[in-house]
Amino acid sequence: MSRTLLTGNVSAAWGARLAGVDYVPAFPITPQTEIIETLAGWIDSGEMAGRLVTLESEHSMITAAGGAATTGVRVFSATSSQGLLYAMEMLYTVAGWRTPFVLVNVSRGLSAPITLESDHNDIMAARDCGFLQIHCASCQEVLDSTLLAYRLAEDTRVRLPVIVNLDGFYLSFTREPVEIPAADAAAGFVGDFDPQNARFRASTPESQAVAVLGGSPYSYFRYETHLASLNGLSVYDEISAEFSATFGRNHPAVEAYRTGDADYLFVMLGSFATKAREAVDRLRDAGWSIGLLRPRLLRPFPEESLRRLLAGRRGVAVIDQNLSMGKGGVLHGELLGALYGHPQAPPVVASFIGGLGGRDISAEEFYEMAQTLRQAADTGRTPPPRLLYTRDELREIRKLQAVAHQEREELHR
Amino acid sequence: MYRIRFHGRGGQGMKTASRILGSAFFLEGFEVQDAPRYGAERRGAPIFAYVRAARAAINERGIISRPDLVVVADDTLVPVPASGVLSGIGARTVLLINTTQNTSAWQQRLNISGPVITLPASAEVEDRADLPYIGATCAGAAARLVGVIARDTLAGAIRTELSALGAGVIDRNLENALQAYDIMQAHSGLVREGSMTSAIKYAHPDWADLPFDTARISAPTVFATANSVEVRTGLWRTLRPVVDYSRCNHCWWVCSTFCPDGAIAVDTDGKPVIDYDHCKGCMICVAQCPPHAIEAVSEEQAQRDTTTGETP
Repeated sequence: MSRTLLTGNVSAAWGARLAGVDYVPAFPITPQTEIIETLAGWIDSGEMAGRLVTLESEHSMITAAGGAATTGVRVFSATSSQGLLYAMEMLYTVAGWRTPFVLVNVSRGLSAPITLESDHNDIMAARDCGFLQIHCASCQEVLDSTLLAYRLAEDTRVRLPVIVNLDGFYLSFTREPVEIPAADAAAGFVGDFDPQNARFRASTPESQAVAVLGGSPYSYFRYETHLASLNGLSVYDEISAEFSATFGRNHPAVEAYRTGDADYLFVMLGSFATKAREAVDRLRDAGWSIGLLRPRLLRPFPEESLRRLLAGRRGVAVIDQNLSMGKGGVLHGELLGALYGHPQAPPVVASFIGGLGGRDISAEEFYEMAQTLRQAADTGRTPPPRLLYTRDELREIRKLQAVAHQEREELHR
Repeated sequence: MYRIRFHGRGGQGMKTASRILGSAFFLEGFEVQDAPRYGAERRGAPIFAYVRAARAAINERGIISRPDLVVVADDTLVPVPASGVLSGIGARTVLLINTTQNTSAWQQRLNISGPVITLPASAEVEDRADLPYIGATCAGAAARLVGVIARDTLAGAIRTELSALGAGVIDRNLENALQAYDIMQAHSGLVREGSMTSAIKYAHPDWADLPFDTARISAPTVFATANSVEVRTGLWRTLRPVVDYSRCNHCWWVCSTFCPDGAIAVDTDGKPVIDYDHCKGCMICVAQCPPHAIEAVSEEQAQRDTTTGETP
C-alpha cells in the first residue's frame, strides 16, 4: 500500500470522507479550519457526497450535529480551543441524548492570555461531558482513529459521541507519511450506521423530547451514560483488534513503548509523547531501563490496563500538557486515583507540567526528568510537582516586565 | 537525520519550499516531516517552515533547534531578531542566503565560522513578498546541498506539490528550481545529517521554581492609555503609499476616511500626511485617491532612498 504526505488536518478530513459521513455542521477556528476547508473542497468538486453547512457558532454547530445524528445520519464536525468551550453546554446535552457522532478537536491552549499553539486544557475541559476521547500522536493515528471512533460511537453497547483529539501545529499543520486505506476497505470496516429507533423520515414527522426530571430518574439516566462510556473499553479493544487485522496497524487503548523490563516510565498524552519515545531510545542507549506509556483513550479511562502496565515499576513521571488551576496535572491525579491501594503500585509517581501553549519540551528535559525519577526512587521521596520552565525563560519574562513597568511609570509621570 | 529550516516572509512560498523538499526526500525513500510555523498570519511578516528527513521513523517534533541547513529567502530578515534566522546555528550548520552580498561579507557580519552559501539574488521586485519563484528556487538549492536528491526527483516533487497551479506556473518553477539545483553542484552533499542528542552527556536544563507574583505583576493585562501608538505597525509594510502633492487636489476626506488605521492626518492646509510609523501598507488609499496622486512604491527601495538622502 502506498503512503502519501498529509497534515493532521487533512488526515482527519480523510477519516470523515472514508467513513462516508452524510452531514458536516461547521464553524472555522485556527488551527482546525483546514479540516472543514478540505471537506468543503471535496463536497464542492463532487469527490465526496454529503452536506456541509456553516453554522453561526460552535454552540449551534454541536446542536446541529446532535440533532442530525438523532435523525439517523452519520455526522462529523471539528473545532478547537475556545470553540470547544463555546459549545460546552451542548457537549453535555447531546451526549445526554446518546447521539453517536464524531467530533475532531485540534488542541490549542485557552485564553487568557491568548495563544494559537497547542496544549490540552481545552480537551480536558470536555473530560466529564460524556463524549469518549481518543488522543492521537501521529497523522496516521488521526485518520485511523476517526474510523475507529465511528465504530465506537455507533456500537449499541456505547451510543455516545466521540472526540478525536490532535495537537495544533505539531500535528494539524505538520505533514507526515500517511497510508490512506482503500475506500471499500474503510467502508467495510466502519459499516452502515443503524440508528435503531432514532430516525426521521419524510411524511412521518416526529419530535424528540427530553424530560425535566427529579433526582432519582435523573441519577438513572446519568449513570447509564457512565456505564455506556465504561463499555467503551472492551468495545474499543474489540474494534481496534479488528482494525489491526484488517489494516495491519495496531492502535491499542494504551501504547506501551519499550516498557517490558523498564524500571522507570514516562506517561503522557498526544503528539509530544513521540518526543518521549525518542528520549526513551536515547536513554536506553545510555543504559537506562525506561519506557513510555501513552493512553490513547482518556474517556473511558483505561484504569485496568494502566494498573497492569504500571505494576512493579520503581518510578513513574507523568507529564501533563495541561494545568488544573489549584490542583495540578489532570492525568497525574487520574493515574494516582487508579493506583491507590493496589499492592503493586509504583512507590514514586512524580508530576511534571510541560508544553503549555506549545512550549517545547527538549530532549535534555526528558533526560533530566529521568534523573529526577531515579533520585526519587533511590531516596523514596516523591519530588514536588515541577513546571518545565528554565531560568532563562524567567529572565526573559522579567525583562519584559521591567519594560512594561518602565512604560507605565512614564505614562503616569 | 536532516534538519532544515526555511526563513522568509509571508507570500514568498516558504511553506511550499518545505513541501517541495519534503516531497523530494519522501520520493527518495526517506521518512519525512514538514511543517510551516506562522506567527502573525499576514503577508510580509516573517515566517519559517521546517523539514526533517531520516531513514528511520521520526519521533522528534516541533521547531528545529539545531539545524543542519538554514535557508534564507529574504536577507532583510537576518537582522530581525523576531524572525529567529540565526537561532541554534552552529559551526556545522550550512547557511544559504538569497542575497546580493558575498559569502565573506555575511561571515564577517554575522561572525560565524560555518559555511555560508549565497544564492545570486533574484531580480529586484517592487514588493518583496512577490519575489518570483523564490520558494522553488530555495527548495532546488537545498535539494542539491543535501546531496541525496536526484534532479528528476526534485522535478517530480515540484510537479506533485504545484499540480493545482497549471502547466505554465509549474514550468517556470521547475526552471528556477532546477537552475538553482545546478548552480549548487560544487556544494552537493555539503549539508550532513545531524546526530541525536545524547543522554549520556548533555546540558542539564536550568529549571526555575516560579515564585508567586501578585496579580498586579502576574496578570497578563495592560492598563494604559492610548498606547497602541507605541506599536510601530509601519514595520509590517512591504509597499509604501507616497503622495504626489503636485497632483493632490486636497480632497483629503477621501484618503483619510478610507485609511482603516487612521494613519493619514490632515494638516491645516488640508494636505493629507501619511504616518509611516503606523501605515501597514494596505494600499487602500492608492486605490481610492480620485486624482491617482498616491503611488505605491517598494518599501525596501524607499528606505534605501531615504538613507541615501534621495526622496522616493
